[in-house]
Amino acid sequence: MTTGTTKVVVTGLGATTPLGGDVASTWDALLAGRSGVGRLTADWAADLPVRIAAQIAVEPLDVLDRVEARTLDRSQQFAVVAAREAWRDAGFGDELQVEPERLAVAVASGIGGVLTLLAQYDVLRDKGARRVSPHTVPMLMPNGPAAAVGLDLVARAGVHAPVSACASGAEAISLGLDLLRAGRADVIVAGGTEAAIAGLPIAGFAAMRALSTRDDDPQAASRPYDKARDGFVLGEGAAVLILETAEHAAARGARVYAELAGAGMSSDAHHVAAPEPTGAGAARALALAMHDAGLHPADIGHVNAHATSTPLGDMAESLALRTALGHSLDNVCVTANKSCTGHLLGAAGALEAAITVLSLHHQLVPPTRNLDDPDDEIGLDVVRMSPRTVSTGAALSNSFGFGGHNATLAFRTA
Amino acid sequence: MTQQDILNGLAQIVNEIAGVPIDDVQPDKSFINDLDVDSLAMVEIATAAEDTFGVRIPDDDLKDLRTVGDAVSYIEKAGVAA
Repeated sequence: MTTGTTKVVVTGLGATTPLGGDVASTWDALLAGRSGVGRLTADWAADLPVRIAAQIAVEPLDVLDRVEARTLDRSQQFAVVAAREAWRDAGFGDELQVEPERLAVAVASGIGGVLTLLAQYDVLRDKGARRVSPHTVPMLMPNGPAAAVGLDLVARAGVHAPVSACASGAEAISLGLDLLRAGRADVIVAGGTEAAIAGLPIAGFAAMRALSTRDDDPQAASRPYDKARDGFVLGEGAAVLILETAEHAAARGARVYAELAGAGMSSDAHHVAAPEPTGAGAARALALAMHDAGLHPADIGHVNAHATSTPLGDMAESLALRTALGHSLDNVCVTANKSCTGHLLGAAGALEAAITVLSLHHQLVPPTRNLDDPDDEIGLDVVRMSPRTVSTGAALSNSFGFGGHNATLAFRTA
Repeated sequence: MTQQDILNGLAQIVNEIAGVPIDDVQPDKSFINDLDVDSLAMVEIATAAEDTFGVRIPDDDLKDLRTVGDAVSYIEKAGVAA
């Protein structure tokens, strides 16, 4: 348990998502309950068992320089786009405001550069080893996005990439909190990225029966907490938060969105993919995060849920929330951003952390789309139809991942 | 194929891969010191040159191609041999 007194704040946000090419457009789309899910019309998708996904709204090649982009995997491109936005949003610019030796990166990916791996395997098979790109390894390694961001922003206090499937983005932010508390940096560029919309990942998730098969109605396919939910929708994108010690932020007069007050992590040791059905492991992560943050259940007014729209996962998370928050859960409003964004895997925890921060900052919670017929057994106050104004000083964001990873982040108003 | 043809073709490749302006790709320029081409990009340039000019550039020879002029001469000779 961390007992350090270092206060950590969020001073910058960046994102590129299926809803928009930046944070503002993504936030506006979430408030409007818009869906980023569409049909996969490319030839490679024709024979897949699932032909829907939440593809990026703004292609990174439209934003990045051509030459710099050609040696970056798509997941790295997303990460660089989001990191640059967060960096500018935090007020950092051309003029140096943080020593490189005090700047660290924690940017995760669930899978890594799988598009590069697949493309270069095709080159190997069709044209031979001599035609395989010399950029293959730096593009496919799972620390590649963190490295690309560290190179771009000149971070020399360490570049990290914790990998825990769909909890990776949250785990990266938790690592950033640890690094700041340990005094190993003053500023952290923390987040997650994922670019895995391709035949093999889709076939693999589909083989697990994890994906929604609602191909005939893509925008209705991701429906957390709805009785008719039948799996998640694969998404892509990245989100990045600038974390900073409150002291460092105050010294440079930075705008503060919220405090990253604590984090909690646990592992189920139950099954490699299925959630522990009572949500006990997730409840422990929730309780640990609140304890770490010095928060009590009664302090929590909002939870940004992991809620991927799978029958088992949404139920286990609701049980975990009941266990961890008890009667206080009755005063908590919950939302599920994946109803609009799809599931961004290793970027999901980072994007939802950014949205949680904005919800606290604006005291406004975006609605959960497609919740037409709420599952009676869920027992949560889920925001639907339109955004809800809240009055709360603290919020939690959950992320869970294959492997039994549970991560909860606790934020407090600045 | 004249030396100028090879230079023009090579300049296109270096521009495509490393973003160096075509006019900067001149015989006296060092790939690494003048054109900021790193070792990975150099491998890509060699592979693209093999495809474009129908030659083969073994790794042992590639390390000796320090300037654009070295590469043009090598491709010219290798092309004749082929």
